[in-house]
Amino acid sequence: MHPFAYDRPNDLDAAIAAVAADPAASFVAGGTELLNWMKDGIRRPSLLIDLGGLSLAGIDETAGGGLRVGAMARMRDVAADPVVRARYPVLAEALLAGASPQVRNLATIGGNLLQRTRCPYFRETSFPCNKREPGSGCAARTGPHHLHAIFGASDACIAVHPSDLAVALLALDAVVVVRGRAGERRIPLDGFYLLPGDAPERETVLEHGEAIVAVELPAAPFAARSRYLKVRERASFAFALVSVAAALEMEDGVVRSARIALGSVAAKPWRAREAEEILVGRRLDGEAAAAAGRAAVAGAEPLPDTAYKVKLAERAVTRVLAEIGGWE
Amino acid sequence: MSAAIASETRAGGVGAPLPRLDGRSKTAGAARYVADEPVAGVVHAVLVPSPIARGRIVRLDRRAAVAAPGVLLVLTHENAPKLRRMRTFSRGGAALQAKPPLADDRIDYAGQPIALVVAETPQQARYAASLLVADYAEEPPRAVFDAAGPVVAPRAVMGDAPDHRRGDPNGALAGAEVRIERTYTTPFEHHNPIEPLTTTAVWEADGSLTVYESTQGASMTRLGVAQALGLPARKVRVVSRFVGGGFGCKGWYGGHVTLAAVAARKLGRPVKLPLTRAQMYTSVGYRPATIQRVALGANGDGTLTALIHHNASGGSSIGEWPEASTRFSKHAYAVPNFESRERIAALDLSVPSSMRAPGEAPGSFALESAMDELAVALGIDPIALRLRNDAAVDPDSGRPWTGRRLRECYELGAERFGWDRRSPTPRSMRDGRELVGWGTATAFFPSVTFPATAKARIHADGRVVVESAAADLGTGTLTIMTQIAADALGLPPERVAFELGDSRLSFTFPAGGSSMARSLGPAVRTASRAALRKVVDLAVRDRASLLLGAKPGEIEATDGALVVRGNPSRRDTLAAVLARAGTPHVEASGRYGFGAAAALMGPMMLGPRLGGALRKAISPLAAPHALGEFGAQFVEVRVDPDFGTVRVTRALGVFDVGTVLNPVTARSQAIGGIAWGIGMALLEKTDVHPALGKIASPNLSGYLLPSHADVPDVDALFLDQPDPAANPLGARGVGEIGIVGVAAAIANAVHHATGIRVRDLPITPDKLLG
Repeated sequence: MHPFAYDRPNDLDAAIAAVAADPAASFVAGGTELLNWMKDGIRRPSLLIDLGGLSLAGIDETAGGGLRVGAMARMRDVAADPVVRARYPVLAEALLAGASPQVRNLATIGGNLLQRTRCPYFRETSFPCNKREPGSGCAARTGPHHLHAIFGASDACIAVHPSDLAVALLALDAVVVVRGRAGERRIPLDGFYLLPGDAPERETVLEHGEAIVAVELPAAPFAARSRYLKVRERASFAFALVSVAAALEMEDGVVRSARIALGSVAAKPWRAREAEEILVGRRLDGEAAAAAGRAAVAGAEPLPDTAYKVKLAERAVTRVLAEIGGWE
Repeated sequence: MSAAIASETRAGGVGAPLPRLDGRSKTAGAARYVADEPVAGVVHAVLVPSPIARGRIVRLDRRAAVAAPGVLLVLTHENAPKLRRMRTFSRGGAALQAKPPLADDRIDYAGQPIALVVAETPQQARYAASLLVADYAEEPPRAVFDAAGPVVAPRAVMGDAPDHRRGDPNGALAGAEVRIERTYTTPFEHHNPIEPLTTTAVWEADGSLTVYESTQGASMTRLGVAQALGLPARKVRVVSRFVGGGFGCKGWYGGHVTLAAVAARKLGRPVKLPLTRAQMYTSVGYRPATIQRVALGANGDGTLTALIHHNASGGSSIGEWPEASTRFSKHAYAVPNFESRERIAALDLSVPSSMRAPGEAPGSFALESAMDELAVALGIDPIALRLRNDAAVDPDSGRPWTGRRLRECYELGAERFGWDRRSPTPRSMRDGRELVGWGTATAFFPSVTFPATAKARIHADGRVVVESAAADLGTGTLTIMTQIAADALGLPPERVAFELGDSRLSFTFPAGGSSMARSLGPAVRTASRAALRKVVDLAVRDRASLLLGAKPGEIEATDGALVVRGNPSRRDTLAAVLARAGTPHVEASGRYGFGAAAALMGPMMLGPRLGGALRKAISPLAAPHALGEFGAQFVEVRVDPDFGTVRVTRALGVFDVGTVLNPVTARSQAIGGIAWGIGMALLEKTDVHPALGKIASPNLSGYLLPSHADVPDVDALFLDQPDPAANPLGARGVGEIGIVGVAAAIANAVHHATGIRVRDLPITPDKLLG
């Protein structure tokens, strides 16, 4: 491991200034990802600024009837929060579908959003990887890649984002609140992540020195009727092959508004807008659910090893709608 | 003498469900594993692996690494001492590969050590290792194992010739009423014990060497160290008090041990070298991938007339390990016309090694899947098909089995599982949305007897110590050996201390091939009885003893005392007899398995031709019977028809292993084996990048082992009928039988649930999406 400095300031702006001043510095929250990157040689920060000394772990109701979840809130605590469970069930379900109890006890909401791909060639540093080492090539293109993308991939990178949380947040119209030296920015989750293009090393719109301080959930009419479905090879403690977060506003059996997001299919959580549009104004039944499933994958561009994910994603959308509709 | 020793089952004795004696220390974190050994003045080493799979090192720049803080030594092929070549498995030795580490600039596989860096702290060593600069002349690796690639015949397959035939298999197949001809494939898999290897090498002033090394056999590792360093074995001590799982990967000598010892000698300080999890994927072997062709010919009533099983396994260019998958088929069923063939591919990968039920695990997947396909083709119940072809004698040698109760396993299992409620048509059983499938398969493993020795000491102060250089891999060896000794000595188990895990103790072969209990158990019993006899002999000649003049054959040992049978007033204690004799202790040794070992090891060392002749010559003496464990596996799966996800919801194994020495530890072995089978069937696979020749996910994040949620309420039952022809304990092996047949039973259950036959493991959702 490379030598590094460590500090745990009590002041947010001081923490931000410290990271901003050193291009090789990094914030650290739960440490369940960053420390692995350091041990494996994926990242070599010169300075770690621990956000644990700040008051960023609160879960508070907002004036607008929404919820503000602090960046340092632990996955476990958010999943167990009664307001989250009642008003944003998809969020609690996604958190509990992720990681293991031990990891959830440590990992934070902000850190979860900034976890990086599980692409084995990114994780194992002796492989070429454009995301880890720009310009070195993509071993996934020429090697086994059944965990990889069906949407939004580029020649440079075909990796997918592994977060369950981000998929649920996308379906809840969440906003990521970030703070840097220039002050606070509010970034809709849908605009937070970047597709790889020719710069897969850049994964979010965060600038160096900006920290996630909170995630805000609006009081959306679709939030309470929401579900998360995760398809995985192993029954527990495994990343998704495909996942779906769906949230529906219903009136007399008819869909008024809908959010459908797919996970593990692209470098960002993938909003299935065509599927949403098909549902709006329609009675939620088996036919509507199947049509939404088909629409969700209409634009898929699978790779040789990921064709199965198209079927899986289609069926997962159909299934989660059936579960919300109550006939499954 | 045997009549002198009480042998009724007593509390904690053989057959009693005595809880694991080391369980508390392990769960409390008090057990001292190899990496926990405190060694004064120890310095820390790391291996630097090659990132390329094939080629040469053209430049190695050590300067920055050498100059890094705390660095004591950077060893590469340019400055390493010339090390000896090792005797490998295929030539009867203990090493995985003949070529020593850091021998030259040649790279034979990705992960091969190119340097050893030693520093004052582990962090300094890791940092310095990252500063080493190596340039390579890369060559395209041969890393793809497929049916079209070149294969060669191995020198030997577990001591046998690679090609084997009885009768006229091709003629019988051609004339069969029903034929099944299929190809089955299994992937490259890794052991993944939770404890990675750590070696600590300590040189003493007198030139002797102590190595702390997690090993399945301290005696064998000691011979490996001695051979590698050119030392007499008496100068080497190997200590391995606890082993955090082995599964075959800690049974062989690896070059990392040599490097730790060489560095320690050079520095004059103890050196500790842990292997990382990633290095565990390239340093201790693996189960190679297999491509198996099975052809079955049968009459309309299901009687097998021909069985052809050809296997090719993916191997290494620098060492030979055939995954002997056809051995299962050789013995499983009574079929007169049989052919097996084993081939290996020489790839640019590290050398494979034994992994739980080597050969039988993948081999049973192929044959037992094919048997299920035959049952479907014939419209016969899969259990009935297997019992129709049950083998009263070993079909290959014609020798009688010491015992084979396969029929009872199936009958008991079918009753417990409720097999008669199975509707045979695929996709006919459902639970809500989910498809339900029930599958079954035969388990068979030909466990071996290895040479084992033990010593027993009865002390005048009442202590009893029994010892052997055996290993307890978590299997329960410590506990059952204590039970065996306690029974033989007429003591409760808490009065017997069993010592193991140190090569200074009595020589014993490594734990492997389900050999330990059945080999060491008789040796422990012999040693214990012989020590007791020494006390009896003292007592009957002791004028101060109430036993004076008694016949040894009339004396029973019970609870630390000797008593004349039927006359409890004539009594004396072991401690008192020894004290009066002025003897601090008596000691005796026992041995077992040397004849059988010659039969096994001889052919390995001599090669199949001479070795086969030797085995034939001595087999009437060494092995009048054929011996193995048998079992019937039953599995229920639920398949989500939309997602193709398979979850095992019930598993039951019924096993015929002879006497069950301890039902708690035996059950633990069996259900652990079934859990392994679930992983093999549904999850486990090591991906290799075809162009780069490197393992894609050498870690527990990418290599999926079953979680608790994947392993249902597994049940394991034992017939628990002593098998007196097997050995003096009536016991066979339990270590490997649990996994055998599980993957096939699951594949068969998946077929029953879905109508889809998956012949390529693991059975992942993409294969069932339709």
